[in-house]
Amino acid sequence: MRLWLPAASSMSHEVDYLLIALTLIAGAVLALVFGLMLLFVFKYRAGSKVDRGALAKKTWRLESAWTAATLLVFFALFIWGANLYLRLSQPPADALTVYIVAKQWMWKAEHVGGQREINAVHVPVGRPVQLVMTSEDVIHDFAVPAFRVKHDVLPGRYDVLWFRADRPGTYDLFCTRFCGTDHAHMTGKIVVMEGPQYQQWLEQNGTSGTLVADGKVLFMRYGCNGCHGGHGTVRAPSLNGVYGSPVPLSDGTTVIADDRYLRDSILMPRSQVVASFAPVMPSFAGQISEEDLIKLIAYIKSLAPENHS
Amino acid sequence: MSTTVVEAAELEKSYLVDKSTVASWLLTTDHKRIAILYLGSITFFFFIGGIAAAAVRLNLLVPEGLIPSAETYNRLFTTHGVIMVWFFLVPAVPVSLGNFVVPLMLGARDLAFPKLNLISWYLFIIGGIIELYALFIGGVDTGWTFYPPMSTSFNQSHVVLAVIGVFVSGFSSIATGLNFIVTIHRLRAPGMTWYKMPIFLWSLYSTSVILVLATPVLAITLLLLGFERIFRIGVFDPAIGGDPILFQHMFWFYSHPAVYIMILPGFGVISEIIPVFCRRRLFGYKFVAWCSVSIAVISFFVWGHHMFVSGQSLYASVVFSLLSYAVAVPSAIKVFNWIGTMHKGFIRFDAPMLYALGFVGLFTIGGLTGLFVAALAADVHLTQTYFVVAHFHYVMVGGMVTAFFGGLHYWWPKITGRMYPEMWGRAAALIIFIGFNVTFAPQFLLGYLGMPRRYHSYPPDFQVLNVLSSAGATILAAGYLLPLGYLTWSLFRGERAPANPWGATGLEWQTPSPPPAKNFATTPVVTEPPYTFPPPELVQNRV
Ligand code: HEC
Ligand SMILES: [Cu+2]
Ligand SMILES: [Cu+2]
Repeated sequence: MRLWLPAASSMSHEVDYLLIALTLIAGAVLALVFGLMLLFVFKYRAGSKVDRGALAKKTWRLESAWTAATLLVFFALFIWGANLYLRLSQPPADALTVYIVAKQWMWKAEHVGGQREINAVHVPVGRPVQLVMTSEDVIHDFAVPAFRVKHDVLPGRYDVLWFRADRPGTYDLFCTRFCGTDHAHMTGKIVVMEGPQYQQWLEQNGTSGTLVADGKVLFMRYGCNGCHGGHGTVRAPSLNGVYGSPVPLSDGTTVIADDRYLRDSILMPRSQVVASFAPVMPSFAGQISEEDLIKLIAYIKSLAPENHS
Repeated sequence: MSTTVVEAAELEKSYLVDKSTVASWLLTTDHKRIAILYLGSITFFFFIGGIAAAAVRLNLLVPEGLIPSAETYNRLFTTHGVIMVWFFLVPAVPVSLGNFVVPLMLGARDLAFPKLNLISWYLFIIGGIIELYALFIGGVDTGWTFYPPMSTSFNQSHVVLAVIGVFVSGFSSIATGLNFIVTIHRLRAPGMTWYKMPIFLWSLYSTSVILVLATPVLAITLLLLGFERIFRIGVFDPAIGGDPILFQHMFWFYSHPAVYIMILPGFGVISEIIPVFCRRRLFGYKFVAWCSVSIAVISFFVWGHHMFVSGQSLYASVVFSLLSYAVAVPSAIKVFNWIGTMHKGFIRFDAPMLYALGFVGLFTIGGLTGLFVAALAADVHLTQTYFVVAHFHYVMVGGMVTAFFGGLHYWWPKITGRMYPEMWGRAAALIIFIGFNVTFAPQFLLGYLGMPRRYHSYPPDFQVLNVLSSAGATILAAGYLLPLGYLTWSLFRGERAPANPWGATGLEWQTPSPPPAKNFATTPVVTEPPYTFPPPELVQNRV
């Protein structure tokens, strides 16, 4: 039996502090409620002769006092939880990306170098890692209790979760969104390794092509370069340096091109049309598998800005 | 309303023996008889749901799962959830205790729409039969939340039937809610102003407003779910152009307020019991009354707290977290007011009071652990684990079911005309309290350690706490079976109950036990505020 949970990520201690604070507050209130209840029940039991005296005249003072106290404590807890949550939800810019594809009932992970694994994710210690996750069927949920992180993995879109593992070791990965018969078997391991071992692991599991190299081949095969190659008859935006930069859209808004944007541009080009371009790009929804999509996106992300400035 | 005198001969007969054919029960429009019909039905469903729960706890005794098939296990916990939520918790207090005492408390002869009341029971039964049929031919394994696209595109079980069962029973909720709202507006006895109404009525009024406003949203959601599943119209499944998050918004827009549909009537019951057994006026009557109303209103704006990790926008999550804290304030105020009522009281420990004390303790734990899951970053770690399971069982079972049992014992003499055996009543209250805590307290720890909910098997590290929880469930089950035994016994052998065995103040106690079919010989006139226990000259607290 284990009665404690390892705290293995940069956030886990912070979440634990919040939980400890919550436990202390809850404990204090509970002691108050049970204490008063027991006291009254004993002191004012029907048979007791204790002097009841005059009853309280006004209740509104007490009422406002405890309402105000409750509000104050609650507000503090809210701020604390929200602040931490916002940090927990925004991956740092230098995070290493690993792609996760969930399906009933397994986790597939793809590293930028082309390494692939099932029901396991190897990550380096001390470095922020962002998981770009999608599902091929139902909703799953990627949860690593030791890191205190968890996020749903939905079909048809990318969701991002990040952490920085601070202690080498092997930690449980659970699917925590009920996803059908073998939900309880949709588990895995997160292996956190020291830098050198991690490099070694990457080399040993390297395949013929990296995601970028594979993506480049696919970019030709799906005919993307016909328009985006710069030589075609159709005018299409250059994809060089698009990742991470602001893109002006035809409806006047601007979005930052992240993984989700690139995905949507390929599957639903009509939903966000780049300003001053005709909406002629065909939708590739249903034609490109999740795994190929990851490669294409990795390739687009690798394209450096044109003027090398 | 004019004072009507009912003939003396008619008065002597209680509603129970007024007519005794089967048809006189099945076609009755008497709110008291309908309450009995409902009481029987929800008790039946409570035990069906309970058997499923027992099987779930049995399975979790060993890490690999005692039940060989994961699919069977999944169907069991889905059955447990669906039956307990829609066929026990949501209707329980309003349709049984509420149906029985609302007109009596108001000094009325019946609800505003007696026939609608009967129809609502039939709708409930039709929904229930459909649900049972779905279970009988194989069941459902989506979880009671029916999340698509699993429920619509990746599931072989009887989702459509199950959803129809819930859909139909929803109309019974709407009918009941409507009936209570109109009754409370129109049929109050002369002199009974809003502030002279017992808190139970305020609670049921607030509950009814939620029932009427939220249930239609559930109906629409389930309808769309059925359409997507049968006709492949893309509403929720992204593969056919839908949005699964949309379902979650719609589902929780109903299901969060539904939590208050379940607990508000419980608050009402407790607010009746505590003053009576403390011989004290309810502390802060107006605060408690308006807390019910504000809970009903705010409860419509917190649904997103079920979706902190589901991929809704970050800022939506932040707002929903803030509002969730806001809805907790009135609940906290109520707890303080109940304790305030005990201060300087003359406290007696009859079974209803023991249940009420148990309620305050368990509900407080449920509420306080709600603060954990309302704090965004803490929720990320705790959601979808056993922590959440424990949290809502403390509120729903520790809170609502305990309140239901308290109310059942409290009004039992009025309903049946017999006293329940007091010692047994107290023993059951104690056993339930202990069994409940042994079952669910370990689950908080399990959840913190990361054990996900809805798992058929689990890592061996979690076994000890699971065994403890299952052991507790055995005690709890015994605690729930006891009342079934001694209450049934008391129907035949129990001591005859006087009109007002507890020395309570409500109008329901001013008519014989069991009440005559027409409730009151003469329409009562109300002059005092509720809970006026000590002689009026001693009462100095005017709120
Ligand atoms: C028929 C020509 C055509 C083909 C083929 C085509 N695209 Fe496009 N693409 C466009 C045009 C025109 C736009 C700009 C208008 C818009 O946003 O829809 C665009 C926009 C994009 C964008 C958004 C660029 C930005 O600056 O924000 C991405 C990413 C993209 N395409 C990727 C691809 C990929 C990957 C493929 C191959 C699978 C592909 N496209 C195939 C014409 C094409
Ligand atoms: Cu899953
Ligand atoms: Cu799962």
